[in-house]
Amino acid sequence: MDRLSALEAQSIFILREAFNRIDKLALLWSLGKDSNVMVWLARKAFFGHVPFPVMHVDTEKKFPEMYAFRDRYAKEWNLTFLRELCPPVEEMDETLPPAARSAARKTAGLKAAIAKHGFNGLIAGIRRDEEATRAKERVFSPRGDQGNWDFRDQPPEFFDQYKTEFPPGTHVRVHPLLHWTEVDIWLYTKRENIPVIPLYFAKDGKRYRSLGDQDITNPVPSTAVTIDEIIEELRTTRVAERSGRAMDHEAEDSFERLRAEGYL
Amino acid sequence: MTNAPKTTALRLVESAAPERDQLKIVIVGHVDHGKSTLVGRLFHETGSLPDGKFEAIKAMCERRGMPFEWAFLMDAFQAERDQGITIDTSQIWFKTEARDYVIIDAPGHKEFLKNMITGAAQAEAALLVIDADEGVREQSRRHGYLLSLLGITQVAVAINKMDLVGYSEERFRAVEAEYRAYLESIGVKPRVIVPVSAREGDLISGPSANMPWYTGPSIVGALDSFEKAAPMVERPLRMFVQDIYKFDQRRIIAGRLSSGRIRVGDEVIFSPSNKTVRVKSIESWSSDPAAPARTVAEAGESVGITLDEQIFVERGDLISHVPDEDRAAPMETDVFRARLFWLGRESLSEGKRLKLKLGTLEAQVTVERIEHVVDTGDLATGAATHVERNAVAEVVIRANRLLALDPYEDNPYSGRFVLVDRYDVVGGGIVSMEGYADQRELVTRRATNITRVEHRITEDMRVARNGHKGAVIWLTGLSGAGKSTLAVALEQALFEKGYQAYVLDGDNIRDGLNANLGFSPEDRAENIRRVGEVASLFASAGMIAITAFISPYRSDRERARKAAPGRFHEVHVKASVEACEARDPKGLYKRARTGEIKEFTGISAPYEAPDAPDLVVDTEAQSIDSCLDTLVAYVANACRS
Repeated sequence: MDRLSALEAQSIFILREAFNRIDKLALLWSLGKDSNVMVWLARKAFFGHVPFPVMHVDTEKKFPEMYAFRDRYAKEWNLTFLRELCPPVEEMDETLPPAARSAARKTAGLKAAIAKHGFNGLIAGIRRDEEATRAKERVFSPRGDQGNWDFRDQPPEFFDQYKTEFPPGTHVRVHPLLHWTEVDIWLYTKRENIPVIPLYFAKDGKRYRSLGDQDITNPVPSTAVTIDEIIEELRTTRVAERSGRAMDHEAEDSFERLRAEGYL
Repeated sequence: MTNAPKTTALRLVESAAPERDQLKIVIVGHVDHGKSTLVGRLFHETGSLPDGKFEAIKAMCERRGMPFEWAFLMDAFQAERDQGITIDTSQIWFKTEARDYVIIDAPGHKEFLKNMITGAAQAEAALLVIDADEGVREQSRRHGYLLSLLGITQVAVAINKMDLVGYSEERFRAVEAEYRAYLESIGVKPRVIVPVSAREGDLISGPSANMPWYTGPSIVGALDSFEKAAPMVERPLRMFVQDIYKFDQRRIIAGRLSSGRIRVGDEVIFSPSNKTVRVKSIESWSSDPAAPARTVAEAGESVGITLDEQIFVERGDLISHVPDEDRAAPMETDVFRARLFWLGRESLSEGKRLKLKLGTLEAQVTVERIEHVVDTGDLATGAATHVERNAVAEVVIRANRLLALDPYEDNPYSGRFVLVDRYDVVGGGIVSMEGYADQRELVTRRATNITRVEHRITEDMRVARNGHKGAVIWLTGLSGAGKSTLAVALEQALFEKGYQAYVLDGDNIRDGLNANLGFSPEDRAENIRRVGEVASLFASAGMIAITAFISPYRSDRERARKAAPGRFHEVHVKASVEACEARDPKGLYKRARTGEIKEFTGISAPYEAPDAPDLVVDTEAQSIDSCLDTLVAYVANACRS
């Protein structure tokens, strides 16, 4: 079995565990390359039917290409689609640096959406290789009633056994792509012929490696215009994936603080 | 394609870029022995650091007014950087020319053992780090032991901080010898033991001028020598049912093959229900509607199957092939031995009720007995009534129903489990069936087309003729406890009072009815099963059947009780091992002590005393006559017409 097939099999196993063990479950779709792979894996896991809602927590500041992609595939893939809005930036913690404060809107929007729908679990497409605190995540990651992540006391996880028993008020984030790398995402996107937002391909010497809000996401220098070229570029680059994401770099622990509060 | 098309979505059809091999390695060892520094140095020397990371770490160190610290590469949490310790396991990717690696950093602090296990359990190989100056420490041993429990057999050892001992070969050889001896005693053969200085960069990716006496591989060379773990395709099929979906009029059984292969048309058996059925199809979803239907799936794959018959199936059922010479089915048992590591905040004591998760199977279990706690330092085993947090122990686990599983050495996936207390995973371990019987045969009913004979004589008629009810008086106890003596005396006493009584004893049964049985756990269980059935027939005939068998296992006695519902009376003939050994009427204890008899109950094999016997006679505290009086009175009352 090749590595991509092994990753796929493990992610499908995780998605099926989540569906079996958690009632009131939703899958978070940020429209980026990772969550597109995740929706694809869910279709595979459940034989073409995604048996839980797919939710976009919308900052209303995404690129037009992303909205076009969302509207098309929510229909084509026959998803139970939910769109939830984020509160304005003025309501966010003033002590956070500006970009982190902007990113915090997403956390607040997410918390509101969870409360509104009463979700007990959310499937999210984070990967360990994206960022150092994510590398320490669990596949099934319990959150407190405020969405907070207690990274000092995470449940043990071994033998493919995940934490699926929770006291009332707990909510769990499920991470089926935790072990994938950025290159794996592209290799799989190519192998499976998964649709891609064109912003990932170079235009005028630049491309987006990671898609977030327009105001806090920057393109990186690149000449890669095909997936093969992206894969080649990633194998040789020494530029970190999230280097174009401003909020990660404002303070030594700004991203950790965001995540502890419930940011993805 | 030279320009990205301006459509909303792009479909790609280029040739596939090659995939590189990837291996997951865990780095373990005692705290402060230099794991993180070794990882940092590995990244640096293999050019795996992202741009700006080195500078960022330097800035973090300067802000704290400390010398450059590689550990910050993995220690992502502020608390870890502030305290200089790794709290949680982390993963980080790097590559050598040979392949890609995931390095899993596992905390060395005893306090964070659950995080160390979380990290190590995902690895295919391990690098154990030991400080050359400090030498082998508690966690060096404990981590080595846990790796072997987690099934990681590919291990390399780095004896670090050689710069602190003046690159002394003598010092290296001493630490190497000590640790090699330990690893070998727990069945781990280290691939290679490398002297290194992570801080100075000796023998990380190439030879060291400081240690010309060492001619083996560097750390990178050692890692590159590890092999990829292959899925267990050649072992018998095992697939736990994960879920059952009803989509588009198909009833799909979803699961992941942990070993073997499954093909359309295969006859499979669901355990523990023992239902057999054929695989009608292997389902998969593809975006390509023209993709051909699958006919075979292999270990590692998450699949769905449909069956040619709609049998009742549940999550946790274990699918295998109908057993034949090459393809054993999983064992069925309600009791097994386990070697476990305990992570619970409260210590574990006998009688503790927990939830067991094994594959997708869940069951209520009781930790019936703590056989001993293992000192991972010197491997001494000691009797204990409690297992403290982070300790390793051997225990006996009993479930409230029949489970399908495998001994760990036969199949790791269906032979390992976790324990859950309320909301938390509090332990994990591996299954051993040593001394316990596979109960599959004992519960499988082979004969079909049976019509029971309708007796014209009713139970009441028999009672009226005999003047008493039929019964099974089941004497259980250690060898030498006095079962046979009491059984024979009871038979005589009852006979003299006009009862119909007969003794079934080991010798008269093994001579005839059970002459074809040996002394394996399965044969011993079958021996007891037959005795139970025969005793039940005697009781149905209106007689009082007295049995005198050690019958050490609770499951066997429970089965005998079920064979004679309402007529079974369990009598514990009680005496301590010491008292029985002092009596030793047949000289068996003596032979067991010299090793002549293996698996001797009470010495080298367990005796599971009855939980709630109908009667206890204590032959150590009371005379045989007094025990006999108690028994006769009990029978007279129990069999009153």
